[in-house]
Amino acid sequence: MIAFLIKRAANAAFVMLAVALLAFLIFRFFGDPVEMMVNEQATQSDRAELRERLGLNDSFVTQYTRFVGNAVQGDFGMSYRNQQDVMVLIKERFPATFELVLVATILSLIIGIPLGVITAVHRESKLANLLQLGSIVGVSLPSFVVGIMLILAFSVSLGWLPAFGRGDTVQIGWWSTGLLTPSGRRALVLPAISLSTFQITLVMRLVRAEMLETLRADYIKFARARGIPTDRVQWRHALRNCLMPVITLTGMQIGNLIAFALVTETVFQWPGMGLLFIQAVTFVDIPVMAAYLMLVSFIFVALNTLVDITYAWVDPRLRDDAARAGGANG
Amino acid sequence: MQLRHLLLATAALVGLAGGAQAENVLKWGANRDIGSLDPYSYGDSFTINVLNHVYEGLVRYDRDLKIEPALATSWEILADGITWRFHLREGVTFHDGAPFTADDVVASLTRVSDDASPLKGNLPAYVSSAVVDDHTVDITLNGTYPLLLNDLTNIHIFDKEWMVAHDALKPTDIGAGTEGYATYNANGTGPFIVESRQPDAKTVFVVNPTWWDTPQHNIDRIELTPVTSAATRVAALLSDEINFTNDAPVQDLPRLAAAPNVQVLEGVDLRTVMIGFPFRDTLTTGQPNPFTDLKVREALYKAINLDLIQQKVMRGKSRTAGATVAPEIPGYAPELDALPGFDPDAAKQLLTDAGVPEGLEFEFNCLSDGLVNEEQFCQAIASMWSRIGLKPKLDVGPRAVQTPKRTNGKTDLYTLGWATLPMLDAYSPLLQIFHTKEGNSGVFNWGGWSFPELDQMIDAAGSEMDVDTRLALETKALQVVKDQVIMIPLHQQPMAWAVTNNVTDLPLFPDNKPRLWFAQMAD
Repeated sequence: MIAFLIKRAANAAFVMLAVALLAFLIFRFFGDPVEMMVNEQATQSDRAELRERLGLNDSFVTQYTRFVGNAVQGDFGMSYRNQQDVMVLIKERFPATFELVLVATILSLIIGIPLGVITAVHRESKLANLLQLGSIVGVSLPSFVVGIMLILAFSVSLGWLPAFGRGDTVQIGWWSTGLLTPSGRRALVLPAISLSTFQITLVMRLVRAEMLETLRADYIKFARARGIPTDRVQWRHALRNCLMPVITLTGMQIGNLIAFALVTETVFQWPGMGLLFIQAVTFVDIPVMAAYLMLVSFIFVALNTLVDITYAWVDPRLRDDAARAGGANG
Repeated sequence: MQLRHLLLATAALVGLAGGAQAENVLKWGANRDIGSLDPYSYGDSFTINVLNHVYEGLVRYDRDLKIEPALATSWEILADGITWRFHLREGVTFHDGAPFTADDVVASLTRVSDDASPLKGNLPAYVSSAVVDDHTVDITLNGTYPLLLNDLTNIHIFDKEWMVAHDALKPTDIGAGTEGYATYNANGTGPFIVESRQPDAKTVFVVNPTWWDTPQHNIDRIELTPVTSAATRVAALLSDEINFTNDAPVQDLPRLAAAPNVQVLEGVDLRTVMIGFPFRDTLTTGQPNPFTDLKVREALYKAINLDLIQQKVMRGKSRTAGATVAPEIPGYAPELDALPGFDPDAAKQLLTDAGVPEGLEFEFNCLSDGLVNEEQFCQAIASMWSRIGLKPKLDVGPRAVQTPKRTNGKTDLYTLGWATLPMLDAYSPLLQIFHTKEGNSGVFNWGGWSFPELDQMIDAAGSEMDVDTRLALETKALQVVKDQVIMIPLHQQPMAWAVTNNVTDLPLFPDNKPRLWFAQMAD
């Protein structure tokens, strides 16, 4: 097991290094941050001097090793645009993104699971067909379109909910939360719905598929034969057995949601990490872009590694050493 | 019972007091956030413009964009011709209560002209400054220079004691990797005080009750929120979540104008849109460069149907220009605005005369996030050039990607918009664009041209202290630019702000800078 853990950790570290390398390769095509930082009146020598001070004239390898060396120590440098420490910037924005993703995930579960069960149980009914059709629309509509339509309906026409921003927030230590104020909760509704649309349909389709499978199982028939009410069989016995893959999927999708949140954040001017990243891209703010990419890939890698380790812990056959031992025995 | 009466009375009193103090809150939805609270953080007009509500300069622009005294009450040039003496306003205090003195001016000028300051270029002639007495300052320049006052409108004055106390005497240098106190905090003398700031979310300004000037506004509070998505900005305006935007998207103007609660303020920007030519020996294709020939440049000019661009691409909202500066800019003269007339046949003839081969290929560099409808007018112009037998290759991309190609001569023709900011004088494009590239001059001379006769006129204008003589020189220089077709002027681009009905007066400035100390709201 220890060998397995070390191997997984080494894999994860290698992926992170590769992401950093790729990021730095791409940054060369983003353009020149100096042109964004100085004003029209700056002379050529001023520009050259600033470029030199920022270390942009160094070779690609030097810049990359310097970045990795500093990043390992948790230092991502200063943002060119905000003139602030990048880690502080990201720490400020993370709560906004996390709360949005959390609420979107909860929404996707409390809406997606019942819908999935209904479409599986009454799979010939008109309602189920309608829901199935709706889920195709949900999967295929880009989230910025959903966002703008929601704004049009609920902010402009009905005037119920704010079109942008996060409302008032409360500071708890370094964590800022919008969940404790009425305006913060109102501001969260539209972005969360827009972010969760895709996720809802995903959960719904997964639950439906699993339910169809489970409903054919023998123990369901026996339960029915014992005289347990149909509703109870469907919603307790069958559903419970369907939830394992849903939980795994939801966990793995958190990384995706954090990455996708950047579209939602741009539409709703949600002051999270995605918005920070988009603005960094337009400004060629390399330190922020690098840190964001590293953080998001770290979340992905960490989630994947955790899932792999959990699986290995649950199922010894997945451990490398065990597999090899098994092979020798066989 | 008694207690209840008391409570009711208190409630009534509070209610009355609340009614009397009804605040005028202006919610400003901008298309982007300010970079920091430090106006010297990087050379960005918008940041400086917003922070001008908090910080002030020695002089400022009035409602008609004429320079008037601000923190300085009067000034004169000393006998040596290069030292300017400024008499400072007395009784001015900073937001933290500290008095405004000559020390503050010297410290601020030193800070902005520091080697690490990205705004150094805004004070090109500055050499040093010295305190004469508490309310008198001498500023020494590197020669006779007529535009110091124009430059000083944008140099904001900090409090020296405040900078010393917070180790902010030098501008924030990202290269050094340290954060600056002034990035998060502000202490100026201006009409508004920064109350709070959350980057990318909200910056709140409250009125400065002890401002030295008589307010012409009745605003108590400004909440600046960046709303980057244009559709969201429009929605926020329609649903009264913001009162004002300084960037109403062109495509949504009819819709905003039709809304009962919104008023659109439209005008023409000072920014003149131009196309520049390369003057290097070869094109990017490696072919010899035909654009050094005046006939070829004239041909490309005549091939552009400016009316069509004005009517179709700019939806009738731009002002077709023949001059390289807008009419409001000192140095402009009506004869500069004459147009060559659209004549593709003459253009073809000129090309033949110049011996330009049929199907000449060249690159045309445009920005996707630059000027108003830039992609569209670039496409239109490229197809107009195709009709006279040329093969322009359109290269459109974001500013951050395109600018290095332009500055390094890795492209042929390019677009450029110039508003003469912050100087508001024709000297600005003459020095920055049309002068030969050398030293501090010709930074935007991306084509690499050199006209010694033109340089002489520009240099003479740059040290001419008599206003009329100087402006005559500038007009003459602009005429050379026009005769030589160094750049093709297209138009002054449209600008649009929008306000909700409770904003009763908000002057639209042609430099596209909101000055909310002139704004009035309905009580």
